[in-house]
Amino acid sequence: MTINPEQLRYSKEHEWLDAAEDGVSTVGITSHAADALGDVVFVQLPEVGASVTAGESCGELESTKSVSELYSPVSGEVTEVNQDVADDPSLVNTAPFAGGWLFKVRVSGEAEELLSKAEYDAFIEG
Amino acid sequence: MSEPRRTALDALHRALGATMTDFAGWDMPLRYASEREEHQAVRTRAGLFDLSHMGEIAVTGPQAGQALDHALVGHLSALAVGRARYTMVCAPDGGILDDLIVYRTGDQEYLVVANASNAQTVLDTLALRAAGFDAEVRDDRDAYALLAVQGPQAPAILASLTDADLDSLRYYAGLPGVVAGVPAMIARTGYTGEDGFELFVAPGDAEKLWQALTEAGAPHGLVPCGLSCRDTLRLEAGMPLYGHELTASVTPFDAGLGRVVKFDKPGDFVGREALLAAAARAAEVPPRTLVGLVAEGRRVPRAGFPVVDAAGAVIGEVTSGAPSPTLGVPIAMAYVDAAHTEQGTSGVAVDIRGSHEPHSVVALPFYKRAR
Repeated sequence: MTINPEQLRYSKEHEWLDAAEDGVSTVGITSHAADALGDVVFVQLPEVGASVTAGESCGELESTKSVSELYSPVSGEVTEVNQDVADDPSLVNTAPFAGGWLFKVRVSGEAEELLSKAEYDAFIEG
Repeated sequence: MSEPRRTALDALHRALGATMTDFAGWDMPLRYASEREEHQAVRTRAGLFDLSHMGEIAVTGPQAGQALDHALVGHLSALAVGRARYTMVCAPDGGILDDLIVYRTGDQEYLVVANASNAQTVLDTLALRAAGFDAEVRDDRDAYALLAVQGPQAPAILASLTDADLDSLRYYAGLPGVVAGVPAMIARTGYTGEDGFELFVAPGDAEKLWQALTEAGAPHGLVPCGLSCRDTLRLEAGMPLYGHELTASVTPFDAGLGRVVKFDKPGDFVGREALLAAAARAAEVPPRTLVGLVAEGRRVPRAGFPVVDAAGAVIGEVTSGAPSPTLGVPIAMAYVDAAHTEQGTSGVAVDIRGSHEPHSVVALPFYKRAR
């Protein structure tokens, strides 16, 4: 799975969203967030079939020092979760834009306000 | 908000790309790259730490030992020159104000090392309690940078930089020497569960020493290490941390560390009456006991989480918890009611955000190095 960070959209909660044409989007967290978390040791993902709501918690990311909520950047139904990352959470650190993707969602509603790459970069700089 | 303090090695940490964190008013390296790799380096090779935030206090004079006997729970006047002791300073009610390492650096000289967060309290307390003794308490916090080399390769690395007789330097001992051309107090102490050394040097010499240790350590696999892995290392080694296992509301007896209190030393000491009572209480009705917990799942117990029994009743509280890089599972230290402290006690769980996650009770430490 190859993802170009330039073409993604970003939430202020540091998720990225790869909006595909078939309406099923892929969600992960950014390398900035992965760096801030430190070594991720446990990932709780939503279940396939679950409804997620933009801006609401749908899982958690546990690192050596802390636990963080995983928010969904869009509303919809979860169609697939990344079992590889559940088995090996370090993928979130080593490949946040590739093998460390988290779940796929069939988008039903409006996304929360998402940022372009340039806007997100400015946001994390600020 | 006041600016955080920076150690003499601050520029080096930034050049190395460290993630910095505020710790007790100091801007300290949390990690340089992966905290798990830093942890494994200390367990299997060597790690280099900047611990300059620790608080050094010199106590000197003809009655320095007696002053410390009075101020602390240990018997420091009996300490041989060149040796070190783990001890505590307690409030009059027996509560722990800090845990300390005290080095006897001369016949009439001691170096007290306090936790960064408590250094001012310890300094003030020692100054107050030394009044009436022929002893001087001196704030030496700015006099030292502190570097630690920890791990099985630490002796080989240090030996390549000093003529000091490391072979005869025992655990919990210290001697003055020269390391990489820098005058240092070389102490065989640490907080990682591994063999290693702590080097007290002038701040102006810290960068030179760090660079020399980095170069000498490279062939041995030494890496710079931050506070994050220091915490998982000490947790695996079952070592208490002030503010977690130790607080002003527990006595050494409640923390399972009653052995540090020396009632048979000469003279009176602050907290004696309260500590005698605490010892008697602990002997009669066992208090909550500090135990190890090993998670059966992958969620991590954290400080403050309740420990519960099979019926869901609260039987204790987690004081520290983290994923253990060495064991590969989450571990924790927790104070637990005496009825549930036996190894193999069943039905013990930690309430992790509302979910009762099963844990096994184990004896501390989780990890002990082979000697």
